[in-house]
Amino acid sequence: MRVKVLAFARIREMLEASEQSLDLPGGARVADAWSMLVSAAPELDALGGSTRVARNGRVVSLDEPLCDGDELALLPPVGGG
Amino acid sequence: MAALQAAVRSDGSGGIVTFLGVVRDRADDGRAVVGLEYEAFAPMAIAEFEAIAGEAAARFGTDVRVAVAHRVGALAVGEVAVAVAAAAVHRAAAFDACEYVIDELKRRAPIWKKEGYVEGAGEWKSNECARG
Repeated sequence: MRVKVLAFARIREMLEASEQSLDLPGGARVADAWSMLVSAAPELDALGGSTRVARNGRVVSLDEPLCDGDELALLPPVGGG
Repeated sequence: MAALQAAVRSDGSGGIVTFLGVVRDRADDGRAVVGLEYEAFAPMAIAEFEAIAGEAAARFGTDVRVAVAHRVGALAVGEVAVAVAAAAVHRAAAFDACEYVIDELKRRAPIWKKEGYVEGAGEWKSNECARG
């Protein structure tokens, strides 16, 4: 399956990409997408504890199963206003 | 701001409260700031604004109406980053709703700010330990 990953703020800077596609096996969960991103950018691992992941606009846990065409957003600690 | 006030007022509004979040010249640690750069996950931020507005009405009265605007991109000291307007029949609910909206926006909305300093590299700042 293919999912789109959006990155923001310090994560965007770390990955040097605001958007990318990941190819994952069927049955993959958010944790698997995160692991794939970390293997390509190991420095991302340090942000694991503070990053929230949204799937199609809603924050989900690492256990959340993924579907083909999903859009994941990597959200660092917020700082609006 | 006029547009936000117009969006919330109605013939029944006895009180309209507005808040402006402005870029200031000092970081919380005292360093001189030249500006802020805001980034947002816009569709989710807008959904969050709508949810917060609905909560404000549920908490403070069904007569409460709220409008929110947040800028993205590079802003200089003195520029307005965020504006909130809240209207209600009576002023207490309008004050409460306005405060609730900005507090929740800062806590929840998928928006990020990078502080730019007179000296040194810019830093992304989270609201987790920020002052009220």
